[in-house]
Amino acid sequence: MHTKTIVELSQGLKDKNFSCVELMQYYLNRINQSDLNAFITVTDELALAQAQVADDKIALGNASILTGIPYAHKDIFCTKGVKTSAGSKMLDTFVSPYDATVSQKLNQADLVMLGKTNMDEFAMGSSNENSFYGAVKNPWNRLKIPGGSSGGSAASVAGGLSCFATGTDTGGSIRQPASLCGITGLKPTYGRISRYGMIAYASSLDQAGPMTKTAQDAAIVLNVMAGFDEKDSTSAEQKVPDYTSNLNDSIKGLIIGLPKEFFSSGLDDEVASNIMLAVKEFEVMGAIVKEVSLPNSAYAIPAYYIVAPCECSSNLSRLDGIRYGYRTKDAKNLEDLYLRSRSEGFGEEVKRRIMIGAYALSVGYYDAYYLKAQKVRHLISDDFKKVFEQVDVIMGPVSPTTAFDLGSVKNPVSMYLADIYTLSANLAGLPGMSIPAGFAQNLPVGLQIIGNYWSESRLLNIAHQFQLQTDWHLKTPQEY
Amino acid sequence: MSLSEKQVSQIAYLARLSLNEAQLKDNTQDLNAIFSLVEQLANIETDGIEPMSHPLHMFQRLREDVVTEKDQSALFQSIAPKTSNGYYLVPTVIE
Amino acid sequence: MEWETVIGLEIHVQLNTKSKIFSAASTQYGQKPNSQACAVDLGLPGVLPVLNVEAVNKAIKFGVAINAHINQRNIFDRKNYFYPDLPKGYQISQMNRPIVGEGKIEITLSDQTKVVGITRAHLEEDAGKSIHDMFDDDTTIDLNRAGTPLLEIVSEPDMRSAKEAVAYAKKIYTLVQYIDICDGNMQEGSFRCDANVSIRSKGQKELGMRAELKNINSFKFLERAINLEVERQQDILEEGDKVVQETRLYDSEKHETRSMRSKEEANDYRYFPDPDLLPVEISDELLEKIRQTLPELPAQKKARFVAELGLSNYDADMLTLQRPLADYLEIMLEHHASNVKLCANWVMGELSASLNKHKIDIQNSPITAQALSLLISRISDGTISGKTAKDVFKAMWDSEDNADEIIQAKGLKQMTDTDEIEAIVEQVIANNVPQVTQFKSGNDKILDFFVGQIMKLTAGKANPKQVNELLRNKLS
Repeated sequence: MHTKTIVELSQGLKDKNFSCVELMQYYLNRINQSDLNAFITVTDELALAQAQVADDKIALGNASILTGIPYAHKDIFCTKGVKTSAGSKMLDTFVSPYDATVSQKLNQADLVMLGKTNMDEFAMGSSNENSFYGAVKNPWNRLKIPGGSSGGSAASVAGGLSCFATGTDTGGSIRQPASLCGITGLKPTYGRISRYGMIAYASSLDQAGPMTKTAQDAAIVLNVMAGFDEKDSTSAEQKVPDYTSNLNDSIKGLIIGLPKEFFSSGLDDEVASNIMLAVKEFEVMGAIVKEVSLPNSAYAIPAYYIVAPCECSSNLSRLDGIRYGYRTKDAKNLEDLYLRSRSEGFGEEVKRRIMIGAYALSVGYYDAYYLKAQKVRHLISDDFKKVFEQVDVIMGPVSPTTAFDLGSVKNPVSMYLADIYTLSANLAGLPGMSIPAGFAQNLPVGLQIIGNYWSESRLLNIAHQFQLQTDWHLKTPQEY
Repeated sequence: MSLSEKQVSQIAYLARLSLNEAQLKDNTQDLNAIFSLVEQLANIETDGIEPMSHPLHMFQRLREDVVTEKDQSALFQSIAPKTSNGYYLVPTVIE
Repeated sequence: MEWETVIGLEIHVQLNTKSKIFSAASTQYGQKPNSQACAVDLGLPGVLPVLNVEAVNKAIKFGVAINAHINQRNIFDRKNYFYPDLPKGYQISQMNRPIVGEGKIEITLSDQTKVVGITRAHLEEDAGKSIHDMFDDDTTIDLNRAGTPLLEIVSEPDMRSAKEAVAYAKKIYTLVQYIDICDGNMQEGSFRCDANVSIRSKGQKELGMRAELKNINSFKFLERAINLEVERQQDILEEGDKVVQETRLYDSEKHETRSMRSKEEANDYRYFPDPDLLPVEISDELLEKIRQTLPELPAQKKARFVAELGLSNYDADMLTLQRPLADYLEIMLEHHASNVKLCANWVMGELSASLNKHKIDIQNSPITAQALSLLISRISDGTISGKTAKDVFKAMWDSEDNADEIIQAKGLKQMTDTDEIEAIVEQVIANNVPQVTQFKSGNDKILDFFVGQIMKLTAGKANPKQVNELLRNKLS
């Protein structure tokens, strides 16, 4: 049952092979027995109640394809009446009084939420080790990290604990864990999905997206998540197509660009050969491959690690222990209240990034850091613009290596360098996907596909066509 | 360029964070490592390049001036650490 | 040493929108604490701002009214600092590209005019309120005000005295009410001034070190606070010390300013463009539309009152100071185009005095412009005297009745029957022979005695002009 996709489960529910309540009990049971630490909160009662509603709808014949499908929701999305922690001690007591727009949309689609998934604190991290609730384990090898920051979401899908999950991607937080856990993850164009109620890390980079077993499932979920929201000034008034309608289009003649900078030193040889094999597969399917260049992509790391911390240092100022969230005991005065609540409530990586941002924005450094980084961001974006004049999509690795050992990377800079291939799409606001494309060292390898603005349909089409020809996405971990 | 522990402690205060001695030492080291990575930005020619603070070239949409929010203060204050008579409370601020 | 005072003002104008600048919560004043602080105003995790169209329109209106440059692409920035009444830990404001750029405004001081430069005016959100004296150990926070739209109008340091500063502030105060972007309620904090004050020796080019005076909510206090600060700085400089740049809080009760230096210490606002908001674009069409629909401005109205109505400069100034006052007069003039001076006198005299006494705004006057009009008609057509009219006015103030009803009910109609008055005049002359002799021997003043006697006998209803004429005729 837990290997089934949305399409398969939906058919099973419709054919009354099992009820939605039974389906939930099955999944909740798996979650309870799991050692992956993928969930921060399991909402069993709510799930069973929602399942009952779904069963009623199915009985009445009012069901849509998503009615009664169990999903795991990243704990960064506000869910009314349910704890929303963002992986932080700071929000351990925060029961959200309102729903994120994405939460609302998923509810309206009669989906059933199993719980809230573990994540790097405030989405800052690439290994899911920066969670107040402990690290998440990779279902493929429990000594390895699942990737981050949407590590709990990726592990829940890869580990058969949910049919799909939601994620958010600020610098690779959907694509990288999807890659390291062997699932399909899509980060849409910035502005495609409302950010309202999605706890902000870096506002100009954050974007939500689906994490699924297949590209087809991703298209189905994106149909529900996407759309303009009047509560989010940065959401685009762009029509939402039916993302499933072009899945079967031919990709003959598709022009794929391989940026030479994505295959430079630092890329694991085995990962590289998997990626090249996947690209070959596309050639067999009729695609044309070209080498291209994104000359400024190496600067994505320094640019990102200025822009994102600057925004986060300001975004996280609201966590002051006054209106909600963690508050230190017996503060002597206001100063003490601020200093201790924030120092005790935030984890080390979050504090580090807040300080990077506070410094980079301060008088005398703003031009050299923040402004400079935003200019470089423009150059990075222009690189893509030029490349998309020659090619339809860009392909390359998601991560330079497969999942590394839990606890093995202690130096922040080394950790940041692992984001090298994912950051530039966020800086430019472009859509990107990770799809399973083989194994290296017995761990999944993800292929990254980056498209032009608003090209989600095309990306999903390309991914789906690949999944029709390959079975990487069907592989499951041994302990499953 | 290198940040001193004193500078790091000032930055921490600006962000209302307090660091103990060991944390201060570690953070000074980490921040210096990160900023030496960032230093490479200085080598890039960016004369005449507009800073890009948004990925999309869109303009701000404007909201009609209509009141639609209702009083939800009881719900909002149910999650507050300290309130009284409808007010949020903080230790006395001396001006 | 002779000193010169240099003053620049930062005026915070609360824009009179229904909802807040970035949320759909109400801006109404005086509601239950925190009842108007919605998720966005509270800065809950995940919430986002969306800009209110009226806040933008009203800011443009101001810019157009002072002929300022409008930045048709303007940007919101975050000003980062921690304070309990600032829920997000940053204030959304405009730093580098404010909506309104440079402009200027003319002020009048007794008989001379002066131009004051306006550096900029930008949109921002108001903070909540901290109340320090409700509990012993805690400060209470009410966030109802958080998110109320503000237009911060920053002047050039062009003013040279507290009087000029007050004249400028009043000018802005009048203007923002005229163009209906602010309710002007200073008690409720709708219009707040901060003053940057410095002094320098006369003839010196460079500016002296300035102090910023905060928390001033009346024109009277503005003048006092500035004068106080000037004295303080003079004392410091004359002692050979230096003025330090700082923020000082004006305490109107103790009539003193206090340093707020501790709060300012280590403040680095770390401004940067708010990534939750996009650049605001103002089209040529919108700009033109606002320009077209701008109401007549005080200066224009004043000029018209002088030129077309023949009012004195002083009267025109007084009557255009507040738009509702001018509106009131204009309604009256629709009925009394010929009696402008009489209308103006009544509005500035009896009406304003009564309104002041009862602390009522002219908008809520118990006597409407139409009602007062009718009363004026009865003076002009001789039904009652100006003196009687004052009594009728008092009766109108206290009742629902109109002037005619009151004149009728109280029998106040003037005697206009010449024969009747003549008889009384003759009677009074006959009864006061010694006084007649005095008059004939040249004591003109004695005439008042006769008038008094006649008025007594007629219960004040005789037309004084008529009485005067008859008396002179009979006595000579």
